Amino acid sequence: MSTSLLEIDGINSYYGDSHILFDVSLQVGRNEVVALLGRNGAGKTTTLRSIMGVLAPRSGAIRLDGKPIHGLPPFEIARRGLQLVPEERAIFGQLTVEENLRLAALTAPNAWPLDRVYNFFPRLKERRRSGGRQLSGGEQQMLAIARALIRDAQVILLDEPFEGLAPLIVRDLVRVSRELAAQGRTILVVEQNVVAALSFADRVYVLNNGHMAWEGTPGALRADPALMKAHLGI
Amino acid sequence: MPSAPLLLSQAFNGLALGTLLALVSSGLTIILGTLGVLNFAHGALFMLGAYAMYVVIAHTGSFLLGILVGAMFMLVVGVLLERILIRLFYNRPHEDQILVTFGASIVIVEAVRAVFGGNSQHVPTPGWGEGIARIGFLFYPLYRLELIGIIAALLLLLYLILYRTSIGLVVRAGIEDARMVGILGINVQRAFLLVFAIGVVAAGVSGMLYAPIVSVQPDMGGNFLVEAFVVIVIGGLGSYPGAVVGGLIAGEIISITSAFDSAYSDVMLYAVMALLLVLRPQGLFGSEGRV
Repeated sequence: MSTSLLEIDGINSYYGDSHILFDVSLQVGRNEVVALLGRNGAGKTTTLRSIMGVLAPRSGAIRLDGKPIHGLPPFEIARRGLQLVPEERAIFGQLTVEENLRLAALTAPNAWPLDRVYNFFPRLKERRRSGGRQLSGGEQQMLAIARALIRDAQVILLDEPFEGLAPLIVRDLVRVSRELAAQGRTILVVEQNVVAALSFADRVYVLNNGHMAWEGTPGALRADPALMKAHLGI
Repeated sequence: MPSAPLLLSQAFNGLALGTLLALVSSGLTIILGTLGVLNFAHGALFMLGAYAMYVVIAHTGSFLLGILVGAMFMLVVGVLLERILIRLFYNRPHEDQILVTFGASIVIVEAVRAVFGGNSQHVPTPGWGEGIARIGFLFYPLYRLELIGIIAALLLLLYLILYRTSIGLVVRAGIEDARMVGILGINVQRAFLLVFAIGVVAAGVSGMLYAPIVSVQPDMGGNFLVEAFVVIVIGGLGSYPGAVVGGLIAGEIISITSAFDSAYSDVMLYAVMALLLVLRPQGLFGSEGRV
C-alpha cells in the first residue's frame, strides 16, 4: 500500500494507564472513503484523536503522504492538510457561523472563499450572522464539516457525523458526504450508523476492543451477517 | 443622608474607579478564560506599572513617555513571565497555578520594596490634568474626569482588538475551547503568549494611570486584585463584556456606599456578589460550565 495517502502503522494509544489501541494499522488511499466501524468503546474515536495528534500514540507510526506526522502537535498536523471533525462538533458558541469559518481558514494555505463553502451548505449562508450556540444539531454538524472544507483539508476525519440527528438531516449529510467523495476528497469516517456509513464508503475497517478485527468492502460486510452481529451488534 | 452634590461626586468617583477596575479585570479575565490560569500576580503587575511610571517620570518628567515606556516595559515583563514560568503550568492543576502566580506576586512586590523601599512614592498629575473641572454645581478634579475618558478609550481599543481582528478571533475562540483552536491549525501556545502579555499590559497601564491619584507603594495591588476577582465573578469568568460591566457596577457600589459609610463599601460589594451568585451563578455575561 505504498500509494496510501494516510497510513497508520501499528499504533498503541493510552488514556493515562489504560491501553486503548493495540497495534492498530489502517490505510486510506487518495480519494478513498474509508469507514471505521465498531461497537461503543472499540477505540474508533481514539484512533481519530491519535491521527490528529490530540492524543499522541506511545508507539507506532502515522504517515501522511509518506511523511511521519506522529508526535506533532494538532496544529502542525492540521497545517499538513488533515482535519478532524470531532464527535462533539466543538462549534464556538460565542462566535458567529461566519467567524467560526474565518477562524478555521486563518492558517490554511489554500483556504476556500466563503461562497464556495456556502454553496455546499446554503443553510449556513442564511445563518451566517447567528451565534454558534443558536444553531440546531444539524446546522452545527454542517458548520463542523464546513470548517474542514474551508481549510481545503486533504484528509477529513469525520467522527460520528450523524449522531443524534433527525433522519432527514442524516440523509442530507450523507448526500453531502457522497458529493465530497465524488469530488475526490479523502475521508475516514467513524460511525455508529452502519447503514449510513456503508452507503458512501469504499472500504471498511472494523475495530473490536482496540484491535483491528476485519477489513474489506461494504458489500462483503453486508454479505456476512455473522460478522455484523459479532462486531457491530446488528 | 449625604447631600446631592456629594452623591453626584461619588457617582463620578465610582465611574473613575469602575472604568479602572474594568481595565484591570479585563486583563485578568481574558488570561483566565484563554489560558485557564487564575493570575494571582495581577495585582503585583498593576503595582509594577505604577512604579515603572514613577521611574520614567522621575527621569524625564514626561507623563506620556511614562505611559509609553511603561507599557513597553510591561510587555517585556509579560512575555518573560509567560515564557519562563506560566507556560510550564498550563497542564498543571489549578492549585499549582495559583501557588506559582501567588509566589511570583510576592517576588515582584518584595523586589520593588527592596529597590524603592516601603515608603509611598508620588507620581505628579500631568500638566493637562491639573486643576478642577466645573460640571454644573459640581467641582471635580480634572485628571479624574480625563482618566475616565482615557480608560474608556483603552477599553474600546481592547474591544476592537478582541472583536475586529484575527488575533481577537483566536483569543475569543480560545476562551471557549483552546484545544479545538489547535485542531483548526492555530498555534495556541503562541496565542497564549500574546494574551498573557496583553493582560499584563492592561494591568500595568491601569497602575500607571491610577498612580497620580493614589500613593504608589509596594502593596497597592493587593486590594485591587481582590476587587478584580469580585468583578470577574460578577461579570462572568472569561467574559470581556462581563469585566467591563462588572467593573462599572463594582466601582459604583464601592463609591456610593462610601458616601454613606466607607466602612461598608467592601461589605456591600461582597453582598452584591453573593446575591448574584445565588441568582445567577455563572455571572452576568458568563455561560454555565465555562472555564
